[in-house]
Amino acid sequence: MTTFAKWRRSDAAQGLLLVSPTFIYALLLLAAPLAMVIALSFWTQDYLDLDKTLTLKNYVEAWSEPIYQTLMARSLKLSALVTALTIALAFPVAYYVSFYVPQKRKPLWIFMITIPFWTSYLMRIFLWKVILGYNGVINGSLLGIGVIEQPLSFILYNQNAVVLTLAHAWVPFAILPIFVALEKIDRSLLEAAEDLGDGPLRRFIRVTLPLAMPGVVAATVIVFIPTIGDYVTPRLVGGPNGLMISNMIELQFKKANNAPLGAALALSAMFLVSVISLVFVWMNRKYLVGQK
Amino acid sequence: MNPSKWFKFYIAIFLVFLYAPALLLPVFAFNDSSIVAFPLKGFTFNWFKVLWETEALHASAKNSLIIALSTAVIATTLGTLAARASARYKFPGQKGVMGFIMIPLVLPEIIVGVSLLVVILQLGFDLSLWSIVLGHVLICTPFCVAILSSAFLNLDQSLEEASFDLGQTKFATFWLVTMPLVLPGIVSSMLISFTISLDEFIIAFFLAGTEPTLPVYIWGQLRFPQKLPSLMALGTVLLVLSMTLLATAEYFRRRSARKTGIEDAGGFL
Repeated sequence: MTTFAKWRRSDAAQGLLLVSPTFIYALLLLAAPLAMVIALSFWTQDYLDLDKTLTLKNYVEAWSEPIYQTLMARSLKLSALVTALTIALAFPVAYYVSFYVPQKRKPLWIFMITIPFWTSYLMRIFLWKVILGYNGVINGSLLGIGVIEQPLSFILYNQNAVVLTLAHAWVPFAILPIFVALEKIDRSLLEAAEDLGDGPLRRFIRVTLPLAMPGVVAATVIVFIPTIGDYVTPRLVGGPNGLMISNMIELQFKKANNAPLGAALALSAMFLVSVISLVFVWMNRKYLVGQK
Repeated sequence: MNPSKWFKFYIAIFLVFLYAPALLLPVFAFNDSSIVAFPLKGFTFNWFKVLWETEALHASAKNSLIIALSTAVIATTLGTLAARASARYKFPGQKGVMGFIMIPLVLPEIIVGVSLLVVILQLGFDLSLWSIVLGHVLICTPFCVAILSSAFLNLDQSLEEASFDLGQTKFATFWLVTMPLVLPGIVSSMLISFTISLDEFIIAFFLAGTEPTLPVYIWGQLRFPQKLPSLMALGTVLLVLSMTLLATAEYFRRRSARKTGIEDAGGFL
């Protein structure tokens, strides 16, 4: 038997062979297109043609024009707020399911919590418009019970509405990693802390929270990065001051027909969220030691 | 340990918050008023009748079904290959390869949509239903890999070895022994990717040519106030459909967990 024939029958070769269709698909439809977008961002749009001379013009424009700076800063701020709100909402729920729900019923709870994440994305966002609107559910009920005399107008068509709607969309996705981290905690450690004299609060801060941090960090990354790419929520509930960088990217690729600038904006946004996420992970590295 | 009343109260409020949009959808779908707002008027089936009579809607529904079905089959096939490879074999660069396949899970969808749009246009192809399928397969595959990995990881390898020893070929072993054991996982993976594809808007909006999918159609109609009540009815139909699909997927996922004999940790991820 030749060496090659032997290698061909080895575990390594069979594994690589089996995984190759999926891997090649990802290479062709993810890596290659991304490389193309990177190339595009260094070209310029010349009416209907592309000028393929390499230039930094798009990046200079993306980073210096006040409108793009404002949109980028606002997007990062809103994504960070969404992430913080999402984690704050998700943690108690993950904690409740992990510590108080009987083992047998946990899968059902997790299923119930994740269901809204998978269903009717557009209608869900639109219904927040109905809930928060001038004649909406909240104003209607507050007027009904007489708490307010005029409908509240500060709850729709602004940044608060964007943050709330996005947090609602992403909270199931944040609960999962935190829940998994909490499930991994050895319950005897908590008993040990109690035996050594820690009260519930101290025990939570000194034992539970540090051990749950890997889940919190994972949830942060999972929510923060994709949130920057949503253009539907800002468009539907954001009003003029709630638009984000993705709306501008979409505009450049579609109506404004300046794909190179759109590409530079998209890559800049990706770059910024990735750097911020990496710094965040690095800041929390002490909690991640010993984790896979 | 006994959760205090406040804790339980918070969980209740949270669940209301989580399900508020889903619960309001049917309320307005059956509301006999052309304005989507409170107070409610009467009860009507009229908006569902409107759906039945809208031709454009049927075309986009058909497009969405073709895309979702193709996506489910392709993504599950790719997911099966990758999950099987990583569960059964050790190969060089395994972590990197699997990590790369899972990347679309954390990538903003706008990036996927934009980059595929650029490539398809640069290569001179026209946008079609297939360009959307390409994008949807990319984002669904990681979910399929996640679901199928646990099915393959918990498979008892000695069953396959026994089949080899009894003289079955590799193909026959996979078909007769492995496949039936992981089938629930495969069904679950197909249902999940079908549901994701059916509901996906951001990528579809970039890659839709002249033929819209259901979410792209809905997006176009959201501008017209008089169309809103019938959209609520459409949303209700889709909501019920997705929930049924997901519940079925969950049922099969649990069966898969039971068949391969592991404690169920819960959830799709």
